[in-house]
Amino acid sequence: MLVVATGAVGAVGALAAISPLFVSMAPSERAKAAGAPVEVDLSKLEPGMLITEAWRGKPVWILHRTDEMLSKLGETAELVSDPDSKLPMQPDYAKNVERSIKPQYLVLVGICTHLGCSPTQKLEAGEASGLGADWSGGFFCPCHGSKFDLAGRVYKGVPAPANLEVPPHQFLSDSRLLIGDDAARS
Amino acid sequence: MLRPVMTWIDERFPMSKLVREHLTEYYAPKNFNFWYLFGGLAIVVLAIQILSGIFLTMHYKPDADKAFASVEYIMRDVPLGWLIRYIHSTGASMFFVVIYLHMFRALLYGSYRKPRELLWIFGMVIYLCLMAEAFFGYLLPWGQMSYWGAQVIVNLFGAVPFIGPDLAIWIRGDYVVGDATLNRFFALHVIAVPLALLGLVVAHIISLHEVGSNNPDGIEIKKHKDPKTGKPLDGIPFHPYYTVKDIFGLVIFLIIFASIVFFAPEMGGYFLEHNNFIPADPMVTPPHIAPVWYFTPFYSILRAVPPMFGSQFPGVLAMGGAVFILFLLPWLDKSPVRSIRYKGPLFKTSLTIFVTSFLLLGYLGLKPSNIWGQVGSADVATLAAQLCTVLYFLFFLSLPIISRLDRTKAEPDRVTS
Amino acid sequence: MKSTLIFLSFLSFVGLASAAGGGYSLDRANIDASDAESLQRGAKIFIDRCVSCHSAAFMRFNRLTDIGLSERQIQQYFITDDTVKVGDTIKSAILASDAKTMFGVVPPDLSVVSRSRGADWLYTYLRTFYKDEAATTGWNNLVFPNVAMPNVFSQEQGVLRAVHSTSGQSGLTLEVETEGSLTADAFDDLMLDLTNFLVFMGEPAAEKRKQIGSFVIIFLILFAFMAWAVKREFWKDIH
Repeated sequence: MLVVATGAVGAVGALAAISPLFVSMAPSERAKAAGAPVEVDLSKLEPGMLITEAWRGKPVWILHRTDEMLSKLGETAELVSDPDSKLPMQPDYAKNVERSIKPQYLVLVGICTHLGCSPTQKLEAGEASGLGADWSGGFFCPCHGSKFDLAGRVYKGVPAPANLEVPPHQFLSDSRLLIGDDAARS
Repeated sequence: MLRPVMTWIDERFPMSKLVREHLTEYYAPKNFNFWYLFGGLAIVVLAIQILSGIFLTMHYKPDADKAFASVEYIMRDVPLGWLIRYIHSTGASMFFVVIYLHMFRALLYGSYRKPRELLWIFGMVIYLCLMAEAFFGYLLPWGQMSYWGAQVIVNLFGAVPFIGPDLAIWIRGDYVVGDATLNRFFALHVIAVPLALLGLVVAHIISLHEVGSNNPDGIEIKKHKDPKTGKPLDGIPFHPYYTVKDIFGLVIFLIIFASIVFFAPEMGGYFLEHNNFIPADPMVTPPHIAPVWYFTPFYSILRAVPPMFGSQFPGVLAMGGAVFILFLLPWLDKSPVRSIRYKGPLFKTSLTIFVTSFLLLGYLGLKPSNIWGQVGSADVATLAAQLCTVLYFLFFLSLPIISRLDRTKAEPDRVTS
Repeated sequence: MKSTLIFLSFLSFVGLASAAGGGYSLDRANIDASDAESLQRGAKIFIDRCVSCHSAAFMRFNRLTDIGLSERQIQQYFITDDTVKVGDTIKSAILASDAKTMFGVVPPDLSVVSRSRGADWLYTYLRTFYKDEAATTGWNNLVFPNVAMPNVFSQEQGVLRAVHSTSGQSGLTLEVETEGSLTADAFDDLMLDLTNFLVFMGEPAAEKRKQIGSFVIIFLILFAFMAWAVKREFWKDIH
């Protein structure tokens, strides 16, 4: 009995002794502090163009959608698995058809919700995209073939389970966007 | 001169005893064939990797800003650094070539059957460690394939229900694959996993020498011993017979190895991938990404399983299951005979289908999923991968039944050559 | 023996299955790594024309001694800036931030570009620029659509224009709009020299690697015969 008890206490002690090793592998204070918001100038972003900015080490896309692009969102609504953005992949203020604050400006984290590759931009509709004549424009993940429309909504029948994430963001003025901070909005 | 020294040592350390037990008086069956080379070759490759690795760490820098440049520094500025690097990168792939053939040998001759279950388990754990070792090492050159390969594999852990996302962050040590990830993968690659590997290899060999080697006939040589000496009649001392035979095999292997190192170190982009000569860029995934060839059968299985209930966890589970089901092999095979020489047509067919599916899965994993065009809205290659995945698992699941039903031949009493 | 053959055929399968290119089928670059003059011409073009925007941060000037140049020659013909030493790496003349504003992207480092792209790709890419008013630089490329780089060799090559056709790949063929200072063949040769140099720069030790390799293989084959003889000697009593 005493031997068992001693053994048990010893085992607890050994576990406690190695636990700091595992705890030390969690993100450090430096890693946690590295998520500062990023300010982007939109004045040079022509309609139909996309720019990529780094935020927290991840690519964030800002797409200036044309009216034609926005009109495609109606077509793709039937093809995507979560057309109404029910899954919590966006802040509440972007939970709309366009998944954005201003309809023309789409802000997305450019990381596939499947296994974290960065999808390729296939913004142009049609045959030239290489995705068939009925492609409506959007994004294609090269790793496992997941497809997303021009609002980052995921197509049905592809490996990715959810829409692309809309990061917290806000407009400081008409042409200045802040990614990573939406304090003024919420 | 030598004898007093040996006596002095033996009184303090069982040197002669070890040599006798593991070399000069370890009796191995005399009918080993080509397939029995690969265990020894695996040990040599392990030694090559550890040696070349030590000298690479003298110049390599595990820092996200410097890693890629330090590899090019080794390739250009370090005297003969390119040679050591190519030996290490070729060794990584050749390790898997040798290990896959070694495992196939076990399948052919039933080397996992009682009493060698634990030997098989040690071998499987070595295989798992080897996969971890290769995965950690692959991040170190910090090229595009390194980065996105690590990103995808770490995110597989993120698919685990409930704890997944936190687990992935804990593995990376950051919210994305970054400097912290590189630094810890370096530590795991150069010290943690190699230590485990060495210990496991010792355990593998000790347990082999405890139960004795299997052979292409799958029968026990210990059943027929010389009544006077007590030595197996069909056994020969490992040293010198198999040492000289294995050295010849090793030299042939080294000719292949050196041909790759000196004349085709990239091996057409399969040993060193073209995209890995582009520094890691967290903003852009290369248009064609596939794991290194030795992972592609399992990667194909991952890709073949569609998401269920809004989660890709079933695919991850299938991929993990494909590796772990191998552990169960000793208990799935119920055949009265061990070796394929005496097994019946059912097993031979089943094994052929299994190996074909495994190779096909490996091939498909290297290619984009639209490579064979489409039928309706489905990719032909995806359908093929799904079929192969089913066949892969079917081999194991049907084994208890077919190994009982099969028309086996009688095993011989003594080994044949 | 049969199994040995299976093993070897497996290896050759791995070796033969080469990486597939993109959509555009590439012209073959018949480069000759032992042609020192071609490499030196290529090096000169590279330093004169590419380094204004691109760097080769892992390539040291004095590595050009491997292609038959002396350090004096390197200092004299390849280094324009007095502060640059012959042991330095090749830096770009333009600041990365300036390049980013000019082209929208930082021109990539070219030290190992031949290893990621391959010789055929580079050779084809360099020769398939065409005029495209829609592009910001006024140039587009057949193998790298919407590339940010302009055609820096338009003076030598002339100006090409893409014409829609059913026979050409991706529905485009190139036609000469303005003649350049070189004939088409002479321009191809020039780009072949440049490609040759880029391949050399990707792996400067490649020639030495093959030289050492030949000795190693010959040694191993000799040793294999000896090992075989020893094995046979020991095994002659085992039946």
